[in-house]
Amino acid sequence: MLVIENLQTAHFGPLDLSVSPGECVAVMGPSGAGKSLFLRAVADLDPNSGIVSLNGQERSAMSAPDWRRKVALVPAETGWWADRVGEHFPPGAPSAELLEALGLDLGIGAWAVDRLSSGERHRAALARALCGHPAALLLDEPTASLDAASTQGVEKLIGQQLAGGVPVIMVTHEATQAARLATRTLKLANGQFANRQVAAQ
Amino acid sequence: MSGYIELSYWDIALAAVFLLINGILSIALNLGLERQLAIAATRMIVQLLLVGIALKAIFAIASLWLTVLVALAMAGFAGREIWARQERRLAGVWGYGIGAGAMMAAGMIVTLVALTTQIQPDPWWSPRFALPLFGMILGNTMTGVSLGLDTLNTALYRERLAIEAQLLLGHTRWEAVMPFARRALRSGFMPIINAMAATGVVSLPGMMTGQILSGVEPTEAVRYQILIMFLIGGATGLGVLGAVLISLWRLTDQRHRLRLDRLAPAA
Repeated sequence: MLVIENLQTAHFGPLDLSVSPGECVAVMGPSGAGKSLFLRAVADLDPNSGIVSLNGQERSAMSAPDWRRKVALVPAETGWWADRVGEHFPPGAPSAELLEALGLDLGIGAWAVDRLSSGERHRAALARALCGHPAALLLDEPTASLDAASTQGVEKLIGQQLAGGVPVIMVTHEATQAARLATRTLKLANGQFANRQVAAQ
Repeated sequence: MSGYIELSYWDIALAAVFLLINGILSIALNLGLERQLAIAATRMIVQLLLVGIALKAIFAIASLWLTVLVALAMAGFAGREIWARQERRLAGVWGYGIGAGAMMAAGMIVTLVALTTQIQPDPWWSPRFALPLFGMILGNTMTGVSLGLDTLNTALYRERLAIEAQLLLGHTRWEAVMPFARRALRSGFMPIINAMAATGVVSLPGMMTGQILSGVEPTEAVRYQILIMFLIGGATGLGVLGAVLISLWRLTDQRHRLRLDRLAPAA
């Protein structure tokens, strides 16, 4: 269970949200509403106040690196700090299974990062985050810039995580995607969750 | 030992002829450099004449407090230079304080140790020795610190996505910024490493040339120069290291976040 209480930054809040194991909550709203900033604050990447806990363990009781290994944020746009794709993964990762699920080339580890298309970057970043076996996932536009087949692969993978009991908060612009994956859709506007709709599962 | 040869104003005027030729060429070829050349040359003449008069007076008064005051003023100007040369700098007092503080601390420690244990003039703070020595050390430390800080701040800003990607995977702030810290330290150390490597082969250092021209034996001048190079190298290293580490501490926080909000808007 991922529990967020009174989460607040200069841009939004206070916000409350509880996500049960295996539940996906979609966060929608106009551009600039602070959806990405909300996810960053949950990951403790920007200064914020409030109480966030995962399975009863409070964020403030553990180091930030420990928290981020448990609660993994995959941003809409991410960076690469080494030349080769494989250098961004722990030894032996990513597994062929994970690469296949995401429709990525099995030899991608040897590729230069510059060779990746934006869609491949996006999927490789998701693979990078999943390698640490996080206990909760924060996904920012997980299928933006992906074609239909890749979108299907990513959504299937998110479904597997949900089936494994991982709580997921997902920022998306696509109402249909929210309907496919999420049990609840929240609209973030003016720094507050405007409504709480229950979508069909 | 050959004696010191005094220069007349006529000698100096004659030396300016080549610069004048450059100015005439600039006008003839429409290069547009003549104005800048004239202003720079005039500034140089006025500044050096004034500093000559000032130093003569300071040496004559020979007061500890005046010497300290002049040293602080020099460090203040150097700190301003470091601040001005950064494309992205920390907001508020940190933008000036980190560079100036690290440079001043490193420069003063090294100068004090050199004056009291190696050069040992009487009194040890004698402005004739203390001020030129501090000036040489300060000037080089200033260059190193401003290059180091500029490289660091620019790299952290440009590479923020890569740094945050590492933080999001559970790396510590030190792991995430280490490649950029290394890059910053390298550029801060580069001028002094180049100077030490090239000295005597590519160029004869100004201080040593000055001593030789004023009649000191080359072997004696060389010994002084080696001492000065060690002092400059040591102070530059300490200053760059201090400034880069304090900046890293300020641009990240205890929750291992990258705090680019603490940078002032780009100059």
